[in-house]
Amino acid sequence: MSFSVPANLEAELDELATHYPVKRSASLMFLHALQEHFGHVSKDAVVWTASKLGLQPINVQEILTFYPMFRQEPLGKTHVKVCRTLSCALAGSGGLRAHFCEKLGLDSHAHVAQTTPDGKFTVEFVECLADCGNAPVVMVNEELVAKAGMTEADAILEKGKR
Amino acid sequence: MSNAATTEAKPAAPAPPPVEKIKIKVDGREVEVPKMLPNWQGKLEATTMLQAVQIAGGEVPHYCYHPKLPVAGNCRMCLVEFGTPMMGPDRKPVFNEDGSPKIAKSVLPYEPSTPRGAIACATPISPGMEIYPNSSATKQMREAVLESLLINHPLDCPICDQAGECKLQEYSVQHGQAGSNFVEAKVHKPKAVDLGPRIVLDDERCVLCTRCIRFTKDIAGDDALGIVNRGSYNTIAAFPGAKFDNNYTLNTVDLCPVGALTSKDFRFQMRVWFLKETKSLCTSCGTGCNTVIGSREGKVYRYEPRQNDAVNSTWMCDSGRLNYKWIGREDRLQDVLVRGQKSTWASALKEISEKLSKAASGSVAVIASARQTTEELYLLKKLATKLGALTDSVARMGEADKLLVAADKNPNSNGARLTGIAGAELGSAISKIADGIHSGAIKTLVVFGDDVTKAGISADLLAKLETLIVSDILPNATTKAAHYVLPGCAHAEKRGTFVNVKGRLQKFTKAVEPKGDARPEWEFLHELVHNVTGQNGFISIEGLFNQMAKEVPGFAGIEWAQVDDQGVNTIS
Repeated sequence: MSFSVPANLEAELDELATHYPVKRSASLMFLHALQEHFGHVSKDAVVWTASKLGLQPINVQEILTFYPMFRQEPLGKTHVKVCRTLSCALAGSGGLRAHFCEKLGLDSHAHVAQTTPDGKFTVEFVECLADCGNAPVVMVNEELVAKAGMTEADAILEKGKR
Repeated sequence: MSNAATTEAKPAAPAPPPVEKIKIKVDGREVEVPKMLPNWQGKLEATTMLQAVQIAGGEVPHYCYHPKLPVAGNCRMCLVEFGTPMMGPDRKPVFNEDGSPKIAKSVLPYEPSTPRGAIACATPISPGMEIYPNSSATKQMREAVLESLLINHPLDCPICDQAGECKLQEYSVQHGQAGSNFVEAKVHKPKAVDLGPRIVLDDERCVLCTRCIRFTKDIAGDDALGIVNRGSYNTIAAFPGAKFDNNYTLNTVDLCPVGALTSKDFRFQMRVWFLKETKSLCTSCGTGCNTVIGSREGKVYRYEPRQNDAVNSTWMCDSGRLNYKWIGREDRLQDVLVRGQKSTWASALKEISEKLSKAASGSVAVIASARQTTEELYLLKKLATKLGALTDSVARMGEADKLLVAADKNPNSNGARLTGIAGAELGSAISKIADGIHSGAIKTLVVFGDDVTKAGISADLLAKLETLIVSDILPNATTKAAHYVLPGCAHAEKRGTFVNVKGRLQKFTKAVEPKGDARPEWEFLHELVHNVTGQNGFISIEGLFNQMAKEVPGFAGIEWAQVDDQGVNTIS
């Protein structure tokens, strides 16, 4: 599978790199743009970024792996982010996440984001989603689900399976 | 593990021109230290607290700091308590009642009773500064840092290759505690990562000092390593699918202060405390990197670089480092052979001496190896002069690199030139010798340490000789054709000197015993020279060297005793 960046995106990024006194500083913006376009940052995208900015791939890999919101693998169609910060944790977000995982056949003890083999769901524990008053909170793709219980969870799963 | 300049290199020698000195106090004792000292690149930079304490004769524990690498300041182990002269509101120094300057100790701004340390590796000294590397506050800081570094460490010392030369172990003895305060589950990281063809990485043992990253980026020029992930999941890694593979990767094993980076070659071979360490030289090229041979019971287990700023800094290349296995090869020449039959030194040397004594002037030629010691080449030259023999050495050229590897693959080409065995261009007289054999003018050939069938004297030509005397270490086509085979020694089995490509004369010492009847070449050459020329020589390498230095202009004025571990420059 060959990796190619559309000409207009490449031109945009080339121009972007000129905004920085040191080309390397544009790494983060490159990764943002590539993730927005491809949905995730693949190994090829890292190699491409490195060669564009005159770096070694490992230099870009360091940044990519530092930020958890950069995705190295494609996400599922429905991305379930369960908040694990204090209010939500106290309100039972741990059990909520475990519920998602069990229903989807995922490991409820895993440290990282997990995607179902059919590519329909990704379940992930995340830090504060800034709606502590309505804990526990789940974010489904770009939509916030407040006061999420097992019923809401099952509704999310049902919707995503379709 | 004192000889190896590996994880711990000595700081570079201060630059010769006297630089401005400033007075500071280390643990209450006044010392005068240069204001500037060479940094890892040899450029003058403000002296750091760590360097100042070293000059004062002390030591500050550290992991990430290395005098030959850029300062990173990330391990925090070198934290020390310190103070600077107190200034009044009028910006004038404040004095104690006894007239001494009052010292303002560095403290936490919000908690003035708690000392605030600074990392000694990256903090410049200033006049009147007081450093307390042994105060209780400093010790407390070290203990805390060490405890933090050990939180996720697997404590698998019994099966760790670094055990015995590990800074975590050493500092744990000084600053550690017997019990652990940590009850949580440890973070698990990748184990036995195949980082490259010669390196295995255990990420759980790593303290993230980044010495390996800095070395490969700034010294080897191969920016191949980095830290991926975040927080307690930080791991050293190469790019997925890429291999950490340059000719200097094994230096990262030396640099690694813990057991994270291990050499595939040395891994699980021998506990380091059983190794005898012998100062030696690498023989794989003309650079002559200083080494330490680690051996046990006659077997060589590893080479490590030894610091010599005039030659190899604290590094050596992987190919040179791993080029030791031939020393213990099973097919080593171990017997004195006379026309294929096992003989003794006494009878073989007697026969050879008689033959050479009777040989007509000019009927003998000598091809000595530029892999032999200077002393041996000198003795061979003496012999050749008496016999009116043509002499030469076999050139061995290859690729050079930007860091250490020289194009000349002989360790002692300059020794061959200085002793007069070879001319400026090694091997230029070999065709003449071949012609001499062909015409029948040369009836006896003496070959040391080289397979001449690969250097212009074919096996057919060798068959024409009346007498072929060969000394070597491993069998080859020339030793097969020889009438006399004299088993010689690897450099690790004898003492002597080499002159490197830059003309530096360097000594090496004996690490292991030779196999079977093999003897150091200089020993039996000394006998031969005595028998043939009638000149008496010296039976010790010291005496032999001093005699040579008197006779060979290139070594004029050098005495064995003056040649220390770092070597001396010859006049060439």
